[in-house]
Amino acid sequence: MPHDFKQLRLDRVSRRFAAPSGAITTAVDALSVTVPRGEFVALLGPSGCGKSTVLNCIAGLLPLSDGGIWLDEQRIDVLPPEKRGFGMVFQNYALFPHMTVRANVAFGLRMRGTGAAETARRVAKAFALVQLEGHEDKLPGQLSGGQQQRVAIARAIVIEPPLLLMDEPLSNLDAKLRLEMRGEIRRIHRELGRSTIYVTHDQDEAISLADRIVVLQDGRVQQIASPQEIYAQPANIDVARFMGYRNVLDVEIEETRGTEVVVGADGVRLTGVIKQPLTGARGYAAIRPEEMTIGAGANVIAGRIENVEYGGRDSLIDVRTASGLLLQARTPGKPTAGESVQLTIPVERVLVYPRGGAP
Amino acid sequence: MNAGLQRWGARAWGGVLIGLIALFIVNVALMVAAVATNSFARRWLGTWLPDGFTTAWYAAAWKEFQLGDVLTVTVEVVLAVVALSILIGVPAAYALARREFAGKRLVLLLFLLPLIIPPFTYGIPFATLMYRVGLAGTLPGVILANLIPALPFVILVMTPFIEQIDPNLESAARVFGAGTARMFAYVLAPLLMPGILAAALLVLVRTIALFELTFLTAGPDSQTLVVALYYAVFAAGVRAPQSVDAMAIVYMVVTLVWLLLALRFVNPTQLVSRVREQPAH
Amino acid sequence: MTSAAARVARPPLLDSSFLLVAPAVLFLLLLFVYPFLYGFALSFQPNEGGWLDNYQKFFTDSRAWRTIVTTFGLALPVTLINVGFALPIAFRLRRRTLWQRWVTTLLVVPITLGTVLIADGMLTYFGPRGWLAQTLQLFHLYDGPIRLTHNYWGVLISLVISGFPFAFLLLLSYVTGIDPVLARAAATLGANRWNQFRHIYLPLLAPGLAITFCLAFVQAFSVFPSAVLVGAPSGSTRVISIAAYEAAFENYDYAMASTVAMIMGFAQLIVVAVVLGLRRAFYRGPVSGGKG
Repeated sequence: MPHDFKQLRLDRVSRRFAAPSGAITTAVDALSVTVPRGEFVALLGPSGCGKSTVLNCIAGLLPLSDGGIWLDEQRIDVLPPEKRGFGMVFQNYALFPHMTVRANVAFGLRMRGTGAAETARRVAKAFALVQLEGHEDKLPGQLSGGQQQRVAIARAIVIEPPLLLMDEPLSNLDAKLRLEMRGEIRRIHRELGRSTIYVTHDQDEAISLADRIVVLQDGRVQQIASPQEIYAQPANIDVARFMGYRNVLDVEIEETRGTEVVVGADGVRLTGVIKQPLTGARGYAAIRPEEMTIGAGANVIAGRIENVEYGGRDSLIDVRTASGLLLQARTPGKPTAGESVQLTIPVERVLVYPRGGAP
Repeated sequence: MNAGLQRWGARAWGGVLIGLIALFIVNVALMVAAVATNSFARRWLGTWLPDGFTTAWYAAAWKEFQLGDVLTVTVEVVLAVVALSILIGVPAAYALARREFAGKRLVLLLFLLPLIIPPFTYGIPFATLMYRVGLAGTLPGVILANLIPALPFVILVMTPFIEQIDPNLESAARVFGAGTARMFAYVLAPLLMPGILAAALLVLVRTIALFELTFLTAGPDSQTLVVALYYAVFAAGVRAPQSVDAMAIVYMVVTLVWLLLALRFVNPTQLVSRVREQPAH
Repeated sequence: MTSAAARVARPPLLDSSFLLVAPAVLFLLLLFVYPFLYGFALSFQPNEGGWLDNYQKFFTDSRAWRTIVTTFGLALPVTLINVGFALPIAFRLRRRTLWQRWVTTLLVVPITLGTVLIADGMLTYFGPRGWLAQTLQLFHLYDGPIRLTHNYWGVLISLVISGFPFAFLLLLSYVTGIDPVLARAAATLGANRWNQFRHIYLPLLAPGLAITFCLAFVQAFSVFPSAVLVGAPSGSTRVISIAAYEAAFENYDYAMASTVAMIMGFAQLIVVAVVLGLRRAFYRGPVSGGKG
């Protein structure tokens, strides 16, 4: 496997399989994406969206139903996993329980017939990179979750793969460890200078780690963009919902003025921007709680605070309008429940999407 | 080794294995079929199929081997063994799976021994003892003998079932006010029922087929079906082989009925704890 | 329970756990341990002579100690065949497909048929005028008389028929207990199918394999009805259980019978100890895969 490659290309990759009931399910539908060397790409989406399937297909653990995967000019989806040479970190680490940690890490090199001296050197380097020196002769069962995870990473990188695949590696760790390991993973990626494809359902993780994010839902690509763009400009209502736009209002389209649109719902009128071509008389307006503040401005919504969730730095408040609409906003400090407030949000932060099809 | 050759080699190996399985299954099936055919044959001497067919041998076997009495004895023995082994074994399995107590390891060893020591090794001294005590050749003697391996078997089968039950359920029941009796009746027993059913059926099937212990302790009127069959085959020179085979078919049907029933409730590979498989999909 | 907890709260001797387990323990003590010890003692109390006389008689009478050789000569090959074939087949069927379920079910049936029925079936099917003989003669695969019954081969075949499904089921349970993600991880690291088996599955199977071998061996070693019905009980298949039976029920020499029974148990215990000892030499560690 070449170590210097320019890009990994997925071309209309599809995977279908027969469920136990006999029905054909499409796990991945015509996914196309190009990953240049050195990039950190996150596959993001809710459970069942097909992201792990895509990763398994890239690794060769699952065959494709359609499409192809190319590494530069070489077609690799016809190769079995043991011939692709990618490093993979599994969700449950999949450390071999009967081998020491050192033997685990050296396994890939052993399979390639690397000499003893070279193996020892590279294994030591890998241990240093994941900062796990001193534990080499333990069995996996004797290590903590975070340590096992580092071993899994070391095992994948020691073979110096052109591509590193990670399948939700942090999901089994507690919150504090997760934050720590996030930084580690980013550091390792930078030091290695190779490409990483990282599967997660946690949008915070994806945003903090990735150079580019592929958002998937029901096997289909929803958006491929940088974290900033996905955060601020989600391509459709599903991506918006997933990325934390907790206020999704079912609105009537009242008036369109170029890129702006006036929408109304339950006695509330807002001016927002059109994100996708609108169809019909109804739509969705998506607003981030963080971007809705107490004050005055172009858009104004009056209501009463129903619930306050104090978070130290700020509070998440539930505000109920007179007409019964419930909105969430963030505000510094700790307001009291029952207060009347006036919320405001800039026009460009009210994202309006079409309402597709029958519910 | 290039990929094509490797794949061809793998296919060939798979073919060999399937061939072996098929060979085994086909031969065993034909063996059973041969017995069945013979039991319905009027006369059968070295040709592909017998001269003619009749069911007379079954009636003859019934009378000759006193199958009515033998079946009654078998039913009595098997039911007694199943009932007693479940009654004594399930609480013991529960205690082993859930509780810690002094000497637990020794007790575990005690329960494993009858399953790994050959039946003759403890059966012959047991039979001797029965003879000295006067229980040799009686029905209670046979029941007791069959209980020796049945009890550990129940415990062995029940343990994974009990381990599967979340221990927090019992705590939850207690927290919500259930005393031991009610917790058992409302929480534990319903969850254990499938396991108990499985264990009962498996012990039943096993006891029907258990030969050595009954053979050593039974008298002429306390023989189970399998022992009677043994004597019939043993004396095959004297009796007509067709009537022996008729008896064999009766035995097989009795066993198969219960086995098929057991298989509805139990997956044979469930008996050793397994990792829940996370398929790549 | 962690050792710390156990140290702090030593369970009282007569609590409910004890009551739950007591009947079973009592039962087995009375009906298993006691007769076994009684037999053990009896083996040292021959009808005439010193306390070791029965053992001496057994090991000096060539017709007697030969039974050990005969039994081993049957049990070892049978176990090797059963386990040797069960391993690749169980490994092949480790995935939960329709195949696996059908074959498993079909193979469970011979287990429950029992040795007596198998013996009877063999006499009909494998006999010199049975269907197998006729088929072989039809295809000219073998032209002599078929002698697969009333000899060593008859007992061997019958032990394979009753023993293979058991070994298969047990090994299948062990194989399916190994997390398949470990093999997948090995594949991504460059291990082909054979290397996955050799480096991942085989070491993790070692304990289960040893136990299966021991249990299969015990089953084969205890052979009795097959040896009588499809073998040559006074000749080439005079196994040790036959010797014990004759001593008890034909010679009414219960002391001698106990002696033979003890020797039988002991001989088989040696093999079990050897196998388990060998296993220790190969592998020491946990079996569960994935997260420790």
